[in-house]
Amino acid sequence: MTAAGAAGLRTGRVVVVGASLAGLRAAEALRDEGFTGELTLIGDEPHEPYDRPPLSKAVLSGRLDSDHIALPRVRDIGARWLLGTPATGLDVPGRRVELADGRSLGYDRLLIATGTRARRWPVQAGGGLEGVHVLRTREDAERLRGALAAGPRRVLVVGAGFTGGEVASSCRELGIPVTVTQRSAAPLAGALGGVLGRAAAEWYREVGVDLRLNTTVQALEGDACGRLRRAVLSDGTAMPVEVAVIATGAVANTEWLAGSGLAADHRGVVSEGDCRAVAGSGRPVEDVFVAGDVARWPHPLYPGQLLRLDHWDNAVAQARTAAYNLTRGPDERRDHQPLPAFWSQQFGRYLKSVGVPAVADRVVVTQGALDQRQFVAAYGLKGRLVGVVSVDSPRVLDGYAALIEARAPFPPRLGATDGPDRLEPVDAGFPGRAAGGPQEHDIRTPSALAPAQTAHR
Amino acid sequence: MITQPPPQPLRLVVDLNRCQSYGQCVYAAPTVFRFHGEESLEYDYAPGDGVRREVERAAAACPVQAITLSGATEPAPVACGGGR
Repeated sequence: MTAAGAAGLRTGRVVVVGASLAGLRAAEALRDEGFTGELTLIGDEPHEPYDRPPLSKAVLSGRLDSDHIALPRVRDIGARWLLGTPATGLDVPGRRVELADGRSLGYDRLLIATGTRARRWPVQAGGGLEGVHVLRTREDAERLRGALAAGPRRVLVVGAGFTGGEVASSCRELGIPVTVTQRSAAPLAGALGGVLGRAAAEWYREVGVDLRLNTTVQALEGDACGRLRRAVLSDGTAMPVEVAVIATGAVANTEWLAGSGLAADHRGVVSEGDCRAVAGSGRPVEDVFVAGDVARWPHPLYPGQLLRLDHWDNAVAQARTAAYNLTRGPDERRDHQPLPAFWSQQFGRYLKSVGVPAVADRVVVTQGALDQRQFVAAYGLKGRLVGVVSVDSPRVLDGYAALIEARAPFPPRLGATDGPDRLEPVDAGFPGRAAGGPQEHDIRTPSALAPAQTAHR
Repeated sequence: MITQPPPQPLRLVVDLNRCQSYGQCVYAAPTVFRFHGEESLEYDYAPGDGVRREVERAAAACPVQAITLSGATEPAPVACGGGR
């Protein structure tokens, strides 16, 4: 790439589709990288970029107003913002994005950062009833907060993942009775496995959550006015309930890419290590990049699968890498291979994770104990350390992170003074997987709000 | 006559992957940062300009530099048609 060619990559028209955390940070990073051309941000929500993790915690509990969660804009970006304007189509060879208002925008290089949305309950099973909620946006949080303020007799939370736990925790802080159903044998089982999940079940029970494990919702039933009145559970219970929160995971926002030729579906957009989008043919597309919750990409620490991380941290880091590569020629690009990390705050606890616990076959408590308020658990796959989770021990993770990146053996040799005398790894207890068996599908680790927030985002 | 543009409202975010609950921000700006539970930090993203100095001190005091403050001077973007 000649100097003139590289300079060409810092001019022209860049369009960023998605105006949440990844889209905003990518736009700022583009300017940091010296991009001087025309920059457009397209967002389907009418708000300036805001942070999603507090929606299920401080906002839902009423400790923080939803107009107090806008993300800081760290620098001027000189962009045209098209907010409240969903993208509806992409023409890759013609380099155009179609918008819901009928306009189409040409680009020289495109960044896809459309994220995920909450999976909804099917309408034919009662998903359209008033009182059935999801939690992903500011409007969702305001609507649910209003429903909780009306003093419902009981709230039903469907799903005991990160979002479900955070919502149940916030409801109990407000003094509202809560039932949580979980399809598998423990909360958080999909992300952290059954061993940690059984410890988390105690967090639910100690604050009085009615936790129904191995239980699904068969129907949500309404009255003649279309208001939720009753939930029928697989254990035979018919429960009077006016508020239900569906917290059963996230779906990638990729419908607008139908027909574009990109390898995109409900799981996300397949991309390369350098964030370039991959076409259905398997070949990368030279001028389309992907970042944030919507991306699925290969990570050298976790071979044999594509990672999709609903993590705040990943949205920021991948946005920066995508912006770096978008302004450079092929020889100068770098791969996005951060050590994954996420957090959750629920039931008064601060849970942090590094690596990817969800791929593990074994788990061992290395500090504290599962029935204590503070503990650390290490996750291994085939004798290698792949993930670590800490609860109310936020200062220990840096050391573990270094061990994971160094591909340290499992169980890890730490010599922690607060650890058990002998490390005794057990099967991590991930649902639907035989002990030590292969992953059957991509890893999808929930976020602080996902989500998101999982943190998500 | 040159008029200064008004200062942009103060905004902040804390990277809670990086945060290690040292609590220095809570000491520096107790009206903005607090613990909810023993180790879980909560904070106001838009605390108003009256506490700008305290928040700047909190950001400087954070041992893991987890606090990001707004630096843009551009007005906030609004939705097409003025938002809803």
